[in-house]
Amino acid sequence: MADLAHTETQPRALAHAPEGMDGVRHARRLSVGARCALPVAVLLGLGFLAPLVAILAYSFATPRSFDVFRSFTLANFATLFDPSNTVWVSFVWSCGFALFTVALLAVIAYPIAYGLNMVFGRYAGFVSVLFVFPLFVSENVRLYGWVLFFIKNGVLDGTLKWLGLPGGPEVLYTPGITLFGMLYTYLPFMLFPMTLGLALVPRDLVDAARDLGAGRLFIWREIELPLAMPGILIGMLLTFVLAIGATAEAKILGGQSVIVISHDIEIAFTYSQNWPLGSALAVVVTAFIGVLILYVLSRLDLDRMLGRR
Amino acid sequence: MATSLIRKQKRTNALIWGWTAFVLVIVYLPILCGALASFNKSRYFGFPIKTFSTDWWDKTLASFEIGMIVKTSILIALVVTVLSVVIATFGALAFARYDWTGRRLYQKLIILPIFFPQPVLGLALLLGFNAVGIQTSWMTAAFAHLVWIVPVVTLVIAIQVYGFDPALEEAAYDLGCSRIQVFREVTLPLLWPGIWSGMLFAFLLSWSNFPLSLYTAGADSTIPKWLYAKMVAGYTPMVPALGTMATLGAAVLLLGGGLVGLLARRRRPA
Repeated sequence: MADLAHTETQPRALAHAPEGMDGVRHARRLSVGARCALPVAVLLGLGFLAPLVAILAYSFATPRSFDVFRSFTLANFATLFDPSNTVWVSFVWSCGFALFTVALLAVIAYPIAYGLNMVFGRYAGFVSVLFVFPLFVSENVRLYGWVLFFIKNGVLDGTLKWLGLPGGPEVLYTPGITLFGMLYTYLPFMLFPMTLGLALVPRDLVDAARDLGAGRLFIWREIELPLAMPGILIGMLLTFVLAIGATAEAKILGGQSVIVISHDIEIAFTYSQNWPLGSALAVVVTAFIGVLILYVLSRLDLDRMLGRR
Repeated sequence: MATSLIRKQKRTNALIWGWTAFVLVIVYLPILCGALASFNKSRYFGFPIKTFSTDWWDKTLASFEIGMIVKTSILIALVVTVLSVVIATFGALAFARYDWTGRRLYQKLIILPIFFPQPVLGLALLLGFNAVGIQTSWMTAAFAHLVWIVPVVTLVIAIQVYGFDPALEEAAYDLGCSRIQVFREVTLPLLWPGIWSGMLFAFLLSWSNFPLSLYTAGADSTIPKWLYAKMVAGYTPMVPALGTMATLGAAVLLLGGGLVGLLARRRRPA
């Protein structure tokens, strides 16, 4: 805490002020900003980078062994990419779920994000809180609520029978309900970046275009969409990545009718006790996600997104 | 012409309200189903519910095992809250307040853990702990939560930092304050609303986290982890009962926290 040395602060307002003796003397030490970033950097180094390195190391270990750093083999990757291995089916399922989740959520969330910015006015804060709150309820509790809703003699089935109708459809334990679960779980992750993105659209610009006679579709396509794109992109990326890694939906709602890729990784780690194979799979998935994230993030300006205009 | 435009706008607004309300009903429907199931007297769930009772709530509250699990969950959430707020406050200053070489890179690196699937992160951490020979327990689970929650809290506080005028700190220095005084008397009070929301986020996200706890808590169990084990092993009405209790706890905390934040903001002179 005491590290916030006065002599070294370089607030933006005074950034061009000539540096005095102190500045020269401290030039070789870390800047204030870097020192503030240090605790986070240490945490993420130990808790994020190191485990990824461990996974990478394990992926080159002898299959079905635990001798990490002592052996080097590409056998695990060979197993994964062997055409007779069906793990690619899980990968295709996960990608498919993720793509559908992104596309449908973009359509579902857009009107709400628009409403939060332009329509709801003083209720916007309250509506946002209503959408945030489910994030603080564990996803398995919420998904289990859907099981109770859709199960035989559950809320839907029971209500329909009570009304004298033949009863609810059997949707549980199908891929469709897994997709529904993903839409349900990841809605806030699409909604909030999208809302931030739409907040970047200046209202005067929309008004000016309308005064000049532009139609609503034209305004949407030429002004709203391009200006809100950074937020929309972040939302899409976030939901895509989270949906690729999702397991709870397929397990709880899907009843394992489809095995998704993270579930395959988990199986390798638990039942089959083949950590090196699981690691190799995790490395492939991580590389896929990593390339995607870095590509999209390299095209975005976070300062502008979060408030520094 | 103009009136038809206004009428059109009104109709669009009504549609947007309607759609939002519909989605909100769907969002809360499963939570309500869980609450309903927890008040069902019979051992097996059936709807419409024939007899309501609070038996399963009483049983859940009386269970020693569940008491332990709730304590572990609270302990982890408290540790995560304290540590993440301290780390993230400085992280947010580095993110939004200071211009330094490497800031752009730092901004992108810090959000990577948020963009990473948690089940994979949990397994990777498990592997990492195993590789260095650390026994997994509630402490490793708290560490795992930190990896994901610190970036989230950093972003929450950073939004507050963006609206912060560095000239105020400079003025305090010019009036002769020491750096600790400036931090305590100027920086912290100005950032307080963001730090307070960050604390709420940290506690509640840790409280509700499932994928990280599942792999990194070892023999210890948190509420979501215990619930999942029971969901897989077979239905008992204690599952919706405890789930509803955890939800209510989160709601009370969020409401209380929001209220305190609001009161504090109102009391402070503008």
